[in-house]
Amino acid sequence: MASGVRPRVKVPKSASAGETITLKTLISHPMESGQRKDSSGNVIPRSIINRFTCEFNGQMVVDVAMEPAISTNPYFEFEATVPEAGDFKFTWYDDDGDVYEETKPVAIG
Amino acid sequence: MEFTRRDTIALGLGAAALTVLPFRVAASADDKIAEFTGGADMKAEGITLTAPEIAENGNTVPITVDAPGAASIMVLATGNPTPGVAQFNFGPLAGSQSATTRIRLAGTQDVVAIAKFEDGSFARAASTVKVTIGGCGG
Repeated sequence: MASGVRPRVKVPKSASAGETITLKTLISHPMESGQRKDSSGNVIPRSIINRFTCEFNGQMVVDVAMEPAISTNPYFEFEATVPEAGDFKFTWYDDDGDVYEETKPVAIG
Repeated sequence: MEFTRRDTIALGLGAAALTVLPFRVAASADDKIAEFTGGADMKAEGITLTAPEIAENGNTVPITVDAPGAASIMVLATGNPTPGVAQFNFGPLAGSQSATTRIRLAGTQDVVAIAKFEDGSFARAASTVKVTIGGCGG
């Protein structure tokens, strides 16, 4: 597991029903591309997060397939429609099989 | 440092391989596009790709793609060692078919975004980004 992986997500606490809100996500991860070499000339093996998904009450908002060209500490900003109160679930899938999750509730009002 | 005949030949071969390399990379970007679109025609409108004209640091280049009504958007960096960047698939609760992220660029090159719409049509947008310091390490 890559060390020090910490997801950070910015979601409004409340929204009106049917409103479109902007979500911002950032996860600290080195995203080693597999192209770099260390000081003795050996290739540093690839270690990235290859997939990111955001769901709201089980319905998909966005599903991103990621490749090594995504920067260190992958950042995503996108919009979602909130039909009812519920939870946003954010999931990151690491190359090494680890899954990082974060959940944020949204209230209506 | 002295060069033997063997070294000189090896250097020559290496140089030849380097000059061939860019063409091979460009070809694989085309392969990715063909794989995504299945060779279909691409419209020029319906998709917006926002990228800086000049990026000082190729390690984090902010880009935004926006294609109203798209089912998915693929982003490619044609001049990177591996051209794929990301593919965004939008679900039923996506508020808009747009997304912002930060990408790595190895050098000055074209960034290409291709949107696939519900009706099976495609749209393409490209933007040239000048990169001062490349983002793929040495």
